[in-house]
Parts: sequence; C-alpha cells; structure tokens
Amino acid sequence: MTLIAFDAVTCVRGGRALFEGLSFALEQGGAALVTGPNGIGKSSLIRLAAGLLAPAAGCIIDDVPRALLTDQASLDEELPLARALAFWARLDGVAGDVAAALDALALSDLADIPVRLLSTGQRRRAAIARVIASGAPLWLLDEPANGLDKMALGLLETTIATHRASGGAVLVASHTPITLPDVIAIDLSQHLPLLERAI
Amino acid sequence: MSSALLHLIVRDLRRAWIGGGALLPVAFFLLVAILFPFAIGPDAKLLARVGGGVLWAAALLAALIPIERLVAPDLASGVIDQLLARGQSASTIACAKLVAHWLAFAPPILVAALPAAALLDLSTNTLVRVEIGLLIGTPGLAALALATGALVAGLRGAGAIAGLLLLPLAVPLLIFGAGSLDGGVGALKLLAAVSLVLVAGAPFVAGAAIRAGLD
Repeated sequence: MTLIAFDAVTCVRGGRALFEGLSFALEQGGAALVTGPNGIGKSSLIRLAAGLLAPAAGCIIDDVPRALLTDQASLDEELPLARALAFWARLDGVAGDVAAALDALALSDLADIPVRLLSTGQRRRAAIARVIASGAPLWLLDEPANGLDKMALGLLETTIATHRASGGAVLVASHTPITLPDVIAIDLSQHLPLLERAI
Repeated sequence: MSSALLHLIVRDLRRAWIGGGALLPVAFFLLVAILFPFAIGPDAKLLARVGGGVLWAAALLAALIPIERLVAPDLASGVIDQLLARGQSASTIACAKLVAHWLAFAPPILVAALPAAALLDLSTNTLVRVEIGLLIGTPGLAALALATGALVAGLRGAGAIAGLLLLPLAVPLLIFGAGSLDGGVGALKLLAAVSLVLVAGAPFVAGAAIRAGLD
C-alpha cells in the first residue's frame, strides 16, 4: 500500500520556485531521505507532505494519518513531559502509548519534569516521542538529528527501523548523515527549476 | 472530531488560567472602573448616570488585553502546525479557541461588574441591564479579539495594531450595549444580532488568517 505519493510536484514559496517535477512514492515499510544544501526546500517538502503548504503544480496523494516533526517541539512548556505528550496522544486517540514512547527515547526518568526545563537535545527527543506516541503510519521528520547526541541518534535510528518493520513509512529531511537502510534518496539539487539549472 | 474540539477547548482554557492570564483583563476592567470616579469627581448622581456606559467602555478595553496570547503563541510553538497536519481545519481550531476564550474572558468580567457597579453607585436596575448586555455582547467581543489576534499574529507591535483594528469594529457593540441601558428591548436585540454576526464570522476570518500566515 502506498502511504504517500508525490506526482510532479512543484514548490513555490514567496514567489520563488524551490524545486519542480518531484515524484516519488512511499510504500509500507519504506523510507525516503531528502538531502540538499540549506535553503533548497527540504523543510518546504516536509510541510507540503504534511498538508501545511499546497503544491504550485502536480499533486500529492496521501490518506493516512501522519505525524510531523518540525524544529519546534510543540509541547506545552508548563506541563510535565508525560502530560504534555499525553495531550497529543489523546488527540490522536491512543492514550496508552506515551510511556512506551518515552521509554523508546530513554526519557522515562524525565516524565515528571516540566517541558520548559528540558535541554535542547532532550526537547528534540521529546518531540520524537510525540511522533512515536501518535501511532500514525506516516512519519514526516524535518532534521530529526538536530541537537541529538550519539546515543540519541542511535535510538532514533532504532525507532525508525522498528516503525518501518511494523509497516510504517518515514520521510526524512536531513543535512546530517543518518543511517537508513533501503532508503529512497531524494536529492533536491536534481530538481532545481529549469531556469536556475541553466545558470 | 467533537472530542478533539472539546480537548482543544479544555487545553486553551487551562492555559488561559495558568499564570493569571485570565485575571489580567478583569484587573484592567476594574482599574478603568476605579479611574472614572477619580476623573469625574465624587458626584454620586453623575456617576450613577454615566456608570453603565463606563462599564461598557471598560469591558471593551479589557477585551484588548488577551489578544496577543490567543493565537500568536500557538503559531510560534508549532502547535497550530501540528493540529493542521492532523487534518483539523484552521476554522475548527479557531472555533475551539473562540469558545475557550469566551469561557476565560466573560464570566470573570460579569463577576467583576458587581464590585465595579458598587464603585460607580449604579442602581440595581442598571446593574441588571449591564449584566444582561454583557452576557449577550461578550461573545461578540471575544470573537473580535480572536479574529484580530489571528490577523496580527507574528507582527511586531501587534498589541497596538490589534487595538486599532478591534476598537472601531467593536463600536456597534458599544452603541447597542450602552443603548440597552435605557431599558429598550430593541437595543438588546440589535446587540444580540451584532454579537451573532461576529461569532459566526470570526472563526472563518481567523482560520483564513492562520492559513494565510503559513506560506
């Protein structure tokens, strides 16, 4: 089953075309890694996939629940971590998975700490835990490795592998190396608008 | 869907109360009501005559206070992105925010009107009319605050611009609200009509503003 498919998608932001003619499809268990230099449109691609932006041309087909990781954790600062995560889990209708998600990112000890006291890396791990707890089959991860130490990066890679093994798919945008077996590589510099390629 | 809406309302309401966010408009409302007797002088008769209108003006000014925390923080922290990515529409989010904002804003103002009326030496009759008018008018004020909050979210100096946007649009509420103090039912009906239009329109205006801000 295809979880998300891009068909000749063009992305325009602020009147400037970032990339065009991008096509790929993610099946169950699949993974795609978006690479390219800063400003080429990696985050825009993730936001297109999340439905936050509309493509200027082409179409995006997806009808499964998706979980989005952006550069913000989007957790209520004043709440203890477990309760902040539970808000999103309950919204997704899977209230039981928070403990498992915390465990997967080695955050169980921080469950009662208010989100505002977490460090950058811990916050990042908490945001990844939110993605896990959502139970959504499609994960959209924008720079998931930012701020993570070596151990946390390992946890992230394990988590992604587990998710794929259970039939989920991930779309990852990253400028730092991240190990994903059997990955569809999407190099956005191959999809620059025609005009810019000519220059 | 409706449980998600309820969930959002409860969250917004909780966030309005922590840190005293919901008490600030009330404090402002009372402060305006206290300042008027100082400005006008201790003439009880005069105060009783203008007092009802003063409370309306105070409610209008108090409605400005929470604007900046209605939409902007959730846009900045990515909460709205998360909700949209889950397939909630921007107007649904705005709808939840409107209900939560009214629940946090109106009841405290209605309660605060009691001591404020005592300060201005209002008759029981006038007080009852002010309370009925505020009950009908506050949904409209809350709707205006939400729509304005969504429109100015992310701008520098948002608070001042929000005031310039909201106050002229709130003039009909003020006219019919203060007009109802004479005991006319007609003014109350018009107040209800204005309030209804604002409540019906605000979620879509706010939703469109949120959507427009995404690009």
